[in-house]
Amino acid sequence: MKILVCVSNVPDTTTKITFSSDNTQFNTTGVQYILNPYDEIALARAIELSEGGKGTITVIHVGEPSSEPTIRKALAIGADDAVRINAIPRDAYFVSFQIAEYARSNGFDLILTGRESIDYNGCQVAAMIGEFLDIPSISIIKKLDIDGNSASIEREIEGGKEVLRVNFPFVASCAEGVAESKIPNMRGIMSARTKPLQILEASEIEKLLEFTSYSTPAPRGSVTMLSSEETEKLVNLLHTEAKVI
Amino acid sequence: MSVLVYVENAEGKFKKSTFEVVSYAKAVANLLNTDLIAISIGDVKQDELSTLGKFGASKVLNVDSEKLKTFVIQAYASVISDAAKKEGSDVLVLANSFSGKGLAPRLSVKLQAGLVDSAVELPKIENNTFSVKKTAFSGKAFSIVELHSANKVIALNPNSFQLTETSGAASIEDFQPEIKDSDLRITVTNVVRATNKIALPDAELVVSAGRGLKGPENWPMIEDLAGALGAATACSKPVSDAGWRPHEEHVGQTGIAVSPNLYIAIGISGAIQHLAGVSSSKTIVVINKDPEAPFFKVADYGIVGDAFEIIPKLTEAIKAYKSHS
Repeated sequence: MKILVCVSNVPDTTTKITFSSDNTQFNTTGVQYILNPYDEIALARAIELSEGGKGTITVIHVGEPSSEPTIRKALAIGADDAVRINAIPRDAYFVSFQIAEYARSNGFDLILTGRESIDYNGCQVAAMIGEFLDIPSISIIKKLDIDGNSASIEREIEGGKEVLRVNFPFVASCAEGVAESKIPNMRGIMSARTKPLQILEASEIEKLLEFTSYSTPAPRGSVTMLSSEETEKLVNLLHTEAKVI
Repeated sequence: MSVLVYVENAEGKFKKSTFEVVSYAKAVANLLNTDLIAISIGDVKQDELSTLGKFGASKVLNVDSEKLKTFVIQAYASVISDAAKKEGSDVLVLANSFSGKGLAPRLSVKLQAGLVDSAVELPKIENNTFSVKKTAFSGKAFSIVELHSANKVIALNPNSFQLTETSGAASIEDFQPEIKDSDLRITVTNVVRATNKIALPDAELVVSAGRGLKGPENWPMIEDLAGALGAATACSKPVSDAGWRPHEEHVGQTGIAVSPNLYIAIGISGAIQHLAGVSSSKTIVVINKDPEAPFFKVADYGIVGDAFEIIPKLTEAIKAYKSHS
C-alpha cells in the first residue's frame, strides 16, 4: 500500500494574527510555523496503517525552502520519504494541481490530507485532488479502516455521521478521531535528517482568484458584568437588549 | 447567465440553513440582474421543493434518481456541474456544510471556477471585479477573495445571511442527466443522524463548557440548560481531548468555528485558540469563577461565580421566560 500524505506549513495556533499596514499581506514577522495539526492526524493514521511493513508513506508539501523544518518533522514522526514542490502555495487550486500531477505519475493507493489548514481553512485540497485525478474524495472523515484494497470510512455530517465503503485509490481529509497525533522520538528525529527529500519544480496552471486584502474582527463593546444572583436579569437582557432569545 | 444554488436536504426536508443559502443566492442573482435556479438531489417531495420559490428560486431542477439516494460525491458533483452547463449558470452557490465542503472544490475544478469557501457576505461587484469576504485564520481574521474566472463558486457559512422571503413561486422541472458508473465508486452503508439534537455547525444558540465543569458526570446540567434554550452543546479542546465529550463538539482553532446568535461559555478560560472559533458569534455570555479569565475581554455579558450554582438558576430563569413568552 502506497500512501501519500499532504502536509502544509501554518502559523502556530497561539499566533496573534496581524497584517501589513495596507492590509494586503499576512504579517509573518515573529511568527512560528508548525506542521498543520490536522495533517499530523492524517500522518499518524498513515503510520498506523503502514505498521509491520504493510505500506510506505511519502509526504508531499507545496512550499518554499523555509518550510523544510515542517517536512523534516513529518519525516521524524515516521514518513519514509518526502517531496517538496518548490513554489509559493498561492491557493488551494494551485496546490491541489501540483499534488495531483505528482500523484498521477507516481501512483498511490491512498492520499490523505488534514481536514483543512488552520490558516486559510479552505477544506479544498483533498476534494480538488480527487477531481483532478478523477478518483473518489471523502472530506472530513472521523474513522478510516483498511481491509485489503478497500476502506471503511466514517464521515461527519450535520448532527451525525455517514458510514461508507470505497476502493483504492481515493483521497480523504482527516479530522479528529481518525488517529492521535504522534510525537517524534529521538530515533525518528535522527533518521529524519537523512531520509530522502526530493525537490521538484511546479507545473503551470491558470490563476482563478487572488486574496486581495485582510481584516480582523471588529472589537466588541464593553462587557456587562452581572452578579451570580442576576440570572433572571441576564435572561431579560438577552431578550430585550441583545435580542437573541 | 443565471445563478444556480444547490439545495441540500436532510431526510427529504430542507433546513433553515438551506433557505439561508437560497436567500443569499437570490441576493447574488439580484446583484447580477439574473434569475435564480435551484438544484435538489434526492428524494424530496414536490411541496417541499416549491417552498424554495418563497426564497427567490424561479425554477427548481429536481434530480430524483435511484442511484443518488445517498451522497455519492462524484455523481453529485457531476449532476450539479451538468445543471450549471445546461442552464448557462456562471455563479454557483452552496452551503459551506460538511457535504458542501466536499462538493465545492470538485465543482471548482470541473467548472474551472474560482471558489470562495466560508463566505460571510454578499459579493462586491464593481469595476469588473467580483470579490467575496470569507473567514480566515480559523476565525481570527477575514480575507477578501477576488475571483478572476468567468465561472464562480461560493460556499456560504451558516448563520451568515438573513432569510429573505419573496412573493415568488418556483416551477419544478425533472432533471435526469446521465450518471456514469465511474462516478458511483462510493457505497454509503449507513447514515446516522441524531434527530433529538441540534447540530452544532448551524445552531443559532450554543451552550459550551470547559474544564471548569470538573468532569463528564456534570454535563447533564449543561444539557438541561441547552435543552431549556433549544441550543446545541459544545465544549473546549481539553474537554474533548480528555474524552469527556465527543470531538465534534470541540469548538476552536483545531475544532469547528461557529457563528451562532448566542454563545454561552461556562468554565472556559478563553485561550486564543478557543476564541478563534467563536469570534463571529453575535452575543457571547461568559460564566467563570476566575474574574481574570481572558474570555471576559471578548464577552458581551459576564458573570463571575460558581457554575454549579449559577447554571441551575439560569436554566430555571430560561424556563420561566419561555413559559411566559
